[in-house]
Amino acid sequence: MKDKKESEDIKPENASPQSSSASEAVSEDKKKTTIIDAIWNFLASVKLAIWTIAAIALTSIIGTIIQQDTEPANNIKFLAKLFGDGAAPTVYNIFLKLGFMNMYQSWWFVSLLILLCINLTVCSIDRFPKTWKLVKLPLRPMQDNALRALPIKKEMTVKSSLSVVKDEISNSMSSLRYKAFTSSGDNHLQLYSEKGRYTRLGFYVVHVSLLLIFIGAIVGARFGFRGFLNLPEGAFSDVAFIGEGKKIPLDFIVKCNWYNTEYYVESDTPQKFQSELVIIDGGREVMKKVIEVNSPLTYKGITFYQSSYGMLPNSAGEFVLKVAGRGSEGKISRLRFGDTFEIPGTNTKGTIIDFSPALGRDPQTGKLFTYADTMINPAVAVQFNENGKDTLKGWILKRYPQTGNMPDGSKIEFLDYWGVEYTGLQVSRDPGVGLIYLASIIMAAGLYMTFFMSHKKVWVKISEEKGAVRIIAGGSASKNKLSLERDLDKILAKASHSIEGRSKK
Amino acid sequence: MTSASFFDISGLAYLLAMVVYIFYLALRKNTLGIIATTVTIFGFVSQSIAFIMRWADSYYLWTGSSPESQFLTSLLRSAPLRNLYESLVFFVWCLILIHLIIEFRYKIRTLGAFITPVAALTLAFIDLSGTSKEIQPLIPALQSNWLLFHVLFSFLGYSAFGVSFGAGVAHLVMLTETKDEKPYIFWSIVVGVFLIILVAMGIDYLSIAGASTEELIKNHFLKSTFRSSSDGVAAVSYIAGIIAIYLIWRYGLGLKKILCSFSISADMLDEITYKSIAIGFPLFSLGGLIFGAIWANQAWGKYWGWDPKETWSLITWLVYALYLHARFMAGWRGKKVAILAVVGFVTVIFTYLGVNLLLSGLHSYGSG
Ligand code: HEM
Repeated sequence: MKDKKESEDIKPENASPQSSSASEAVSEDKKKTTIIDAIWNFLASVKLAIWTIAAIALTSIIGTIIQQDTEPANNIKFLAKLFGDGAAPTVYNIFLKLGFMNMYQSWWFVSLLILLCINLTVCSIDRFPKTWKLVKLPLRPMQDNALRALPIKKEMTVKSSLSVVKDEISNSMSSLRYKAFTSSGDNHLQLYSEKGRYTRLGFYVVHVSLLLIFIGAIVGARFGFRGFLNLPEGAFSDVAFIGEGKKIPLDFIVKCNWYNTEYYVESDTPQKFQSELVIIDGGREVMKKVIEVNSPLTYKGITFYQSSYGMLPNSAGEFVLKVAGRGSEGKISRLRFGDTFEIPGTNTKGTIIDFSPALGRDPQTGKLFTYADTMINPAVAVQFNENGKDTLKGWILKRYPQTGNMPDGSKIEFLDYWGVEYTGLQVSRDPGVGLIYLASIIMAAGLYMTFFMSHKKVWVKISEEKGAVRIIAGGSASKNKLSLERDLDKILAKASHSIEGRSKK
Repeated sequence: MTSASFFDISGLAYLLAMVVYIFYLALRKNTLGIIATTVTIFGFVSQSIAFIMRWADSYYLWTGSSPESQFLTSLLRSAPLRNLYESLVFFVWCLILIHLIIEFRYKIRTLGAFITPVAALTLAFIDLSGTSKEIQPLIPALQSNWLLFHVLFSFLGYSAFGVSFGAGVAHLVMLTETKDEKPYIFWSIVVGVFLIILVAMGIDYLSIAGASTEELIKNHFLKSTFRSSSDGVAAVSYIAGIIAIYLIWRYGLGLKKILCSFSISADMLDEITYKSIAIGFPLFSLGGLIFGAIWANQAWGKYWGWDPKETWSLITWLVYALYLHARFMAGWRGKKVAILAVVGFVTVIFTYLGVNLLLSGLHSYGSG
């Protein structure tokens, strides 16, 4: 219970006379403690929070050093480096028992998280009445000596009358959105006001958002799934896969029209991984989208992410060429290996005789060779033939369209080798994500309230002394004293400015 | 001039400013203070120019390969916050910005002696580690606005934490009285390890000159000293390291005398530590965790995956949450919370560098 009292003297800004009544309330409920109270107090204490958070932080480190969810061999090899070959299997088995190989799902780690949630909930329930009382506490005028003791104070004397000064101070307070209350005595009166009293609840908002995140994570784990689906170009599916061969029905059909990797100019760094997906539901095409790495497709709560790609083994696809005679628009032809096409307006024919997924040139020998087995730099070799005689033979590269410019001005563009790649989709449904996003917004709002806003109180005492008016302004703030100080300065500056203006008239 | 030369100028300026701030701390001549501030501002301006020029360069690079991209998208995609080098440079920029704000607002110059070293050390790290300075094309996973905001906010947060580290160390130096106190031992070790690692990296750099600098830190990190294949060299390194820490421990109290002779109070340092964490914590929560999770969810359909990088940023966040709660506990003011602030920044460094450089060497984690 120590920490509860502590929180008041730690923040001297809080120590306005009114807070004392709240601290008294704290000590009252300490009189009788039963076992249940003791447990409750234990679960409500910030000390428990400190130890739980520290324990979560420290144990989390284990899972970043030992590889999670992996083949035992990987970790045994790693442990052998630390403990020697002989001891490694034993150490591995001990660690396995302790759940270190899948520790973020282990019973003890999950228990720590649950303990944190319980701590958070109990602490919030326990404190709420007191905080609420503090928030709801009516603001009262301040005794003279208390006013003097305020941490932030400004004084000023003006030649004017009490009522004029009162009006002006009250105006300038309301222009800073401090709604002023008045209490008056003989020869003096006090204007007082406060702002942002609900910002005291900011940390509750943060804590509630944390609980929501936990709930969101549980909802996602319980009602969602995470699967994958490898779809060849042109293929479709009405299921996704989770783990080895386990299927999950989609209740609609997803089809991949094409897959494509785009590269940066003159480099093998990929710029885009794209697939065109079509959703067919109830026999109709209902959606079509080109998905990319950061731009998935969502239909009926199920989201398709571009996550990998690859070549299908021993498949034969279609070469998509755009053939244009000199000065004419190109026409798309879809051809198979060995097929022949004509170039319009000429007697030239071309035959597809070879293909390389990644054509490169050896810088030393100048020889052409295939440097990778994925389609990094696809190229098609064409044998040209004019009036029955073989003429040129050359490689046309997809990424370098100028390689298809013929001496006679016709153009052949290699658009795609379609049907030999598949797109690797991650397919998942997570009904908890909405809650997580909502919690994120709430957390952002709560953090803003806690750290960038404050509960500010101001008291301005005005008293008449020998034809002059003395103004003493003071205040307290739960956070950010500088901003309160600026408010006080503004209130006084504005008021004195208009008081001067008035007295000149 | 290219952006790199403006950047080099700013690096030298911060290094010079660090020296002048330290002399200012020792000699307490006001002129020195003014010189230190002027040099810092000069470095800051020149770094800002370097930053803008680099942005422009990568803007042209991006529009060159994606002519169809709209102006705003191109601008965002080319923001120079895309790799280790650029983000560290941005970190230094924010750190100096925050330092200048504190200097002008709180009128304390002394903190410069603790913050410019963090800036200078980071720049030295960039140079010594041979971090690639090339403008690299953006791979698909990185083409996301969420990622950009994630990096931006994380680094704003990190720099606020960097300030709290400087203030926290200064606070510990001021609060500790005797050489056998645990907090005293703690800070002399932290400061010692920082310096030793930097020196050791310098030795790596000098002894493996010619190795591709890109690979330097991944394959040769501390290999010419502590992790040397020759046991003799390693042993000598450890002995030298221990002696260095011993010397800092032995003579560290002198630093306290210097600090106490200034008109800064321990309370003020405590307040700066708290204030910068109070700014850093929400920025890091929003940027580091929330935006990071949204990005991961869009890119991989998984907002949280317990990968080492994510886990370490969670650990960092928890340490600062600990700091905030510890301030409400009896007896946890002063030294104990200052230690937490220092530990917090050590986890920041580990999250950003250690995960990529050390943990990824253990296994084959990608550079997440
Ligand atoms: C990771 C988990 C947590 C986070 C991120 C968190 C976040 C916060 C934040 C941002 C504040 C405001 C701090 C300030 O005003 O400087 C706060 C205050 C507080 N938190 Fe937490 N919290 C967490 C867990 C807990 C738990 C488990 C408890 C349970 C006892 C707890 C109890 C409190 C209390 C009592 C306060 C102080 C309220 C006051 O101003 O008097 N927190 N928390």
